[in-house]
Amino acid sequence: MSELTLTVMRLGFLAVLWLFVIVAVQVIRSDLFGTRVTQRGSRRGGPERQPQRAQAQTAPPQQRQQQAAGGRRADRRADRGRRGAPTKLVVSEGSLTGTTVALQGQTISLGRAHDSTIVLDDDYASSRHARIYPDRDGQWIVEDLGSTNGTYLDRTRLTTPTPIPLGAPIRIGKTVIELRK
Amino acid sequence: MSAMPSMPSSAGSNTTATTTISTVGPPSRRNTELALLAFAVILPCFAYANVGLALNGEMPSGMLGYGLGLGLLGGVGHLVVRKFAKYADPLLLPLATLLNGLGLVMIWRLDQSERLARLAKAQGFVFQPSAPNQLMFSALGIALFVAVVIFLKDHRILQRYTYISMVVALVLLISPVFFPGKFGAKIWIVIPGLGSIQPGEFAKIILAIFFAGYLMVKRDALALASRRFMGLYLPRGRDLGPILAVWALSLVVLIFETDLGSSLLFFGMFVVMLYVATERTSWIVFGLLMSAGGAAVVGSVEPHVKVRVMAWLHPFAVYDNPRPSWATTEQIAQAMFAFGSGGVFGTGWGQGASDLIQFAANSDFIFASYGEELGLAGAMAILLIYGLIVERGMRTALAARDPFGKLLATGLAAAFGIQVFVVAGGVMGLIPLTGMTMPFLAQGGSSVIANWALIAILIKISDTARRPAPAPAPSTDAEMTQVVRP
Repeated sequence: MSELTLTVMRLGFLAVLWLFVIVAVQVIRSDLFGTRVTQRGSRRGGPERQPQRAQAQTAPPQQRQQQAAGGRRADRRADRGRRGAPTKLVVSEGSLTGTTVALQGQTISLGRAHDSTIVLDDDYASSRHARIYPDRDGQWIVEDLGSTNGTYLDRTRLTTPTPIPLGAPIRIGKTVIELRK
Repeated sequence: MSAMPSMPSSAGSNTTATTTISTVGPPSRRNTELALLAFAVILPCFAYANVGLALNGEMPSGMLGYGLGLGLLGGVGHLVVRKFAKYADPLLLPLATLLNGLGLVMIWRLDQSERLARLAKAQGFVFQPSAPNQLMFSALGIALFVAVVIFLKDHRILQRYTYISMVVALVLLISPVFFPGKFGAKIWIVIPGLGSIQPGEFAKIILAIFFAGYLMVKRDALALASRRFMGLYLPRGRDLGPILAVWALSLVVLIFETDLGSSLLFFGMFVVMLYVATERTSWIVFGLLMSAGGAAVVGSVEPHVKVRVMAWLHPFAVYDNPRPSWATTEQIAQAMFAFGSGGVFGTGWGQGASDLIQFAANSDFIFASYGEELGLAGAMAILLIYGLIVERGMRTALAARDPFGKLLATGLAAAFGIQVFVVAGGVMGLIPLTGMTMPFLAQGGSSVIANWALIAILIKISDTARRPAPAPAPSTDAEMTQVVRP
């Protein structure tokens, strides 16, 4: 066997051996980082960092759009401190009376589902009853998510996403919430 | 979920700043394992061809049979894991298969050595190739692996046998005393007609079961009932009992069987598990002090251990003139020459002269053979593969949900790691040489079989640990929403 062939084989074997080690480490890496990090909370650059692949698999399209929009909103939030904008959401009736949630540009989901922002302990609320979110201009919108008993803004039952006037009562079952400055 | 189709929790955005981490994609990674396994079978085949080309200038005749044999063993292991441990760690099986395959190649390569054959003839016994035996032992190892994976339904069953395993381990450890020693260490049980087994290899696993079961029950007493003294938690006197007992046991093994490696292994494993169970640094300090004290005393008293220590301090004294009386073997010196002549990239398969280490070149000193033929680069890769196995064991321990599984996986991984350290360190001259085998690489039936069983237990624990949690019980969300009837 020629010296050259043997040298090539010798170095080739070492290369392949190391390739195996590297592949094994890559498998470990995907074990470590092949995780979906779900940032639940203030949107400080959180959603953008989530692996898009994971999002694509799990989140319904509507949610994804909203999260992408959430990212844009987060960027713009700095210059949005305009006057008259509500700063907190207050529960004024129902079992959660007195609860407040600071409005920081995040979507607030309401319902009996345990992962809602405000978990309603209310027999007349649906699991995912409604959500409240800011639109592009920072105007807060309430949207009914197809609930059984409906969401009421003042006395009218919501059919489409509707802007929330400051202090207007939103009624969900026995719970009433409103936005305040 | 009455009103809306269920949405993943990632969609709900809460104001609390919590983070949920979940895995992406199917948690069973059997296909990854299969791909890596194929890689792990091809690599030794490449090495085998390389040896044949280097030694004889032609492809070795047994190449097909050898490759098929290794592939079959790995394939059977994989299929059993796929069926009975679906969510197991994908790396353990390929890594072990690769090491086993590389070990077989090196043993076969040393079988071809004319120098070893001449040496055997000169010493008056027939030179027997070890590779066929080793392949048979690998098959037995895989058989035990398969048996453990199939019949050990849940690793927590082992917890029931805590004290039985203590007794069994003690019997296994003590029994070699009653059999004649070989090569200066009494670590074999000789069964006439069948050969000899090295019970220490099996005792390692069984002791890990005992330690895990014992520490799981006692860890609170060991961790909490302690006084603080100079920044260290001093355990109560009576809680020192177990560590003293294990220490005494390891010293007994050291003195009566002159087996430095096993005593280091058992004591080290116990200290690691004690530390993991109690989170008290003081145990490590105690353990290091006790082992250092014990080793110092035994090393200066016990003649066999003393010789080992002297050979470690002066590896080249065997070439001195006049030769000191304790310098009887040039193995350690030859191992160092082997590492040295290997250099960074090695001499290449089949082109080294590690058979100068004589008959131990394929067992205790096999790492030096790799150091010579694959060089620093290859030796590092092999150590990394060992490191990866230990890492997967620790990772399994982290992921395990039950404390017994955590401790058992930690103990097994630690035992594996300590064994590699003790052997590689001994061969490289970092610590005194001990009579232990490099797991999977070295020639020796007990070692291969026991280590396959160890991997099987780790695979079972990791299967339980990585199995997706069962769906949570239906919560109040699932109740029907009451409808307002005006």
